[in-house]
Amino acid sequence: MVRLPYTTALTTLFSYGLLFAFGQLRDFFRKFIDLFKAKNVKDCFGRPIASAPDSWFDVVERTSNDNNKTLQRTSNTSRCLNLGSYNYLGFAAADEYCTPRVIESLKKYSASTCSVRVDGGTTKLHAELEDLAARFVGKPAAILFGMGYVTNSAIIPCLIGKGGLIISDSLNHNSIVNGARGSGATVRVFQHNSPAHLEEVLREQIAGGQPRTHRPWKKIIVIVEGIYSMEGELCKLPEIIAVCKKYKAYTYLDEAHSIGAVGQSGRGVCELLGVDPADVDIMMGTFTKSFGSCGGYIAASKEIIQHLKHSCPAHLYATSMSPPAVQQVISAIKVILGEDGSNRGAQKLARIRENSNFFRSELKKMGFEVLGDNDSPVMPIMLYNPAKIPAFSRECLRQKVAVVTVAFPATPLLLARARICISASHSREDLVKALDVISRVGDLVGIKYFPAEPPKIAEAGHDKLE
Amino acid sequence: MDMALPVVNATAAVLARVSAAFNAPLARAVVFGVHIDGHLVVEGLLIAVIVFQLTRKSYKPPKKPLSEKEIDELCDEWEPEPLCPPIKEGARIDTPMLESAAGPHTIVDGKEVVNFASANYLGLIGNEKIIDSCVGSLEKYGVGSCGPRGFYGTIDVHLDCEAKIANFLGTPDSILYSYGISTIFSVIPAFCKKGDIIVADEGVHWAVQNGLHLSRSTVVYFKHNDMASLASTLEKLTRGNKRAEKIRRYIVVESIYQNSGQIAPLDEIVKLKEKYRFRVILEESHSFGVLGKSGRGLAEHYGVPIEKIDIITAGMGNALATDGGFCTGSVRVVDHQRLSSSGYVFSASLPPYLASAAVSAVNYLEENPSVLASLRSNIALLHQELSDTPGLEISSHVLSPIVFLKLKKSTGSPATDLDLLETIAERVLKEDSVFIVTSKKSNLDRCKLPIGIRLFVSAGHTESDISTLSSSLKRVSASVLSDYF
Repeated sequence: MVRLPYTTALTTLFSYGLLFAFGQLRDFFRKFIDLFKAKNVKDCFGRPIASAPDSWFDVVERTSNDNNKTLQRTSNTSRCLNLGSYNYLGFAAADEYCTPRVIESLKKYSASTCSVRVDGGTTKLHAELEDLAARFVGKPAAILFGMGYVTNSAIIPCLIGKGGLIISDSLNHNSIVNGARGSGATVRVFQHNSPAHLEEVLREQIAGGQPRTHRPWKKIIVIVEGIYSMEGELCKLPEIIAVCKKYKAYTYLDEAHSIGAVGQSGRGVCELLGVDPADVDIMMGTFTKSFGSCGGYIAASKEIIQHLKHSCPAHLYATSMSPPAVQQVISAIKVILGEDGSNRGAQKLARIRENSNFFRSELKKMGFEVLGDNDSPVMPIMLYNPAKIPAFSRECLRQKVAVVTVAFPATPLLLARARICISASHSREDLVKALDVISRVGDLVGIKYFPAEPPKIAEAGHDKLE
Repeated sequence: MDMALPVVNATAAVLARVSAAFNAPLARAVVFGVHIDGHLVVEGLLIAVIVFQLTRKSYKPPKKPLSEKEIDELCDEWEPEPLCPPIKEGARIDTPMLESAAGPHTIVDGKEVVNFASANYLGLIGNEKIIDSCVGSLEKYGVGSCGPRGFYGTIDVHLDCEAKIANFLGTPDSILYSYGISTIFSVIPAFCKKGDIIVADEGVHWAVQNGLHLSRSTVVYFKHNDMASLASTLEKLTRGNKRAEKIRRYIVVESIYQNSGQIAPLDEIVKLKEKYRFRVILEESHSFGVLGKSGRGLAEHYGVPIEKIDIITAGMGNALATDGGFCTGSVRVVDHQRLSSSGYVFSASLPPYLASAAVSAVNYLEENPSVLASLRSNIALLHQELSDTPGLEISSHVLSPIVFLKLKKSTGSPATDLDLLETIAERVLKEDSVFIVTSKKSNLDRCKLPIGIRLFVSAGHTESDISTLSSSLKRVSASVLSDYF
């Protein structure tokens, strides 16, 4: 939960007001396009890189001679610590087990199949990955898609249509919102992560029926995410599943950020929170974050998957997933499960858990306001004030740490934040350096909203903090 | 007039008597120094009546909200439908499985076949140079890009690819998307909002339909590839409609329609667009790298300057033998999408090896324009050989690399048609080792064009491949369709 001090809220509102007034004044002199898409902070977003998004990468320096309205690439790069890419298990760069096999599959199957899955686009690799993904997640069957975004937007219309009800969490991702809107069903929102409010909404909706006609709903689907990418917190899955079972609603779990990254053996929030995968009707996930590839999957019962294979437009009309990417996922899952003959997978999982917990506790001790639950590799640091966003971002980059800053409209207006994504490939020295830089920049920019714990207690727990 | 006068007189008399009665000092009482006149009594009575009514309890039908127990009962009684409908008996479920690259010859289910099911128009699957550039990319960048474009997911190969494509087409800039179909259904909602008018061809494929639906604009469909229908629709929408002048208007067409193989006549569309002042969104997935003297697409084919088309989108999963898509246009068109296109902002970027494959593919096309000539001669040969197939006719354009065969006479039910076509495809594969496919339709697709057999011709096919296909197809369709004709 965000605890926003009153003074901070007032000063942030005042800053936005000042920005707005300044913008209006500038209006007299020249046209400016959109306040929150202010081009002057353009250099904080879309920074190109020139190497793999591993724990250290090369950020390309950009220059501008018209106040950041347009940016040109230079040939200089600076080696920075990567705290922004979704590389939870460290598969982003070339890996000793995965890359040779990927290159082999590239030579065998070529970069693309140039056809849709139902025509000539299904190779043995696709069938193998569908089986493996189903086994990994703990469901009877699975189906693959070439892009995570399309998975959500094309599946939800196949499962529910007019006359159905979708109840989705208020902070769900844009792909889920698009899919829900495209399906034609009625959409209702429940308060973020609140099973009590979900129950209220369910009772009200079942008793009331469809709007205007009051006919009973055809079916109800509740959509939640495993880890919310802007909050870093885990979903209250056991309680939500209990509520859904009581009211006979179907559940759809989007594990884009949590599959492979949390859980004892990497199987996601179900494993972490002790929920049986058979209780969740549809489990969706992407391969972009923890497996270092691209694409998404849906895992459910055999009947649902058969139905989707017949009717889902993304399966019938879209080019199938690129075979080397499929091979990368197969190899990554094998490493995680330990089927490659080593225990690198278990090591990675242990390391990401240790890293996340260490980093989060250290940041909290320094006095930053950090959101998110324990064990979650995503941690937002609250900035609030709009002026601090580019300040934090640029200063960190100058000190060779690359962070991601997010503001309105991806987050509520007053709650701008910097989001850190920890990876299993970060070593303890990397994290210590990052903490050092963030602490210094935090002092400069003034975002330590809470009192820091005295250093004596900190030293007792972690003796490498010099 | 003579009716009015007595009425007026009577009314006046009544009024005079009433006012006299009112103003007569009635009770001769003086209360607090105020004479009690007659009208005061009537007014006092009225006030007493009003006060009396106000003090009565009003009758509203009782609004009883449902009690907790009633809600519990309703929730217990409610039964949802199953999440998916049961699968129909006899529905064909198995898809053929490839065991090698999807080039002109491939291995399906253990057997070597001639492949007419992959949209590998320039024969770039298996090309050495492209594979080498991909290997280099994989070793340098890994497989995935691990982030959206705004958050360190922009790799220098993406920027190179965008510049290369823009250079190739002659536009100022272009933007890369990470998946073919997400391109068009992100571009349309980024530009068309509620209240705009879109005129679209009725044969556009599902991704375009989804984009039109998500945009919440008013969509009007015109008859498939019929310019007269388009002209009359545009006329109807703009004639005398003052409001139409102020809202944004778009025409959405595909260059080569996936559902029928027809080619849109771009020169006429541009003329109509300029006459009625609409903007054109052109979906070029199957014509990029295929049409035109050097493969630059439909605009080059018709000799239309590229600036006249406002937005061009294309998926790269066809001629360029890679994945992803791009959109190009003027600088403002491209810049706008970098912040408002949901498929670009909220999704991870294209894997870098696919972007370098795209760059190599475009380089190859620039260096070897003769590959287009081989493609064109293959298509022409196929048209010639299949022109006398019993029971099937070619309904696609002579230059389209998608050769669309539909039944000369439909049986009347789409399910039976599909059954016949699939039987033909299965037998051709089993008996003559030629891999062909029928066009598939999802139940969410609202396009009503007839289904058929789709043949994807590639520059890598040889003449013998084409003759194998045509002889096999003629033989099998003669036997399967003999009961019907």
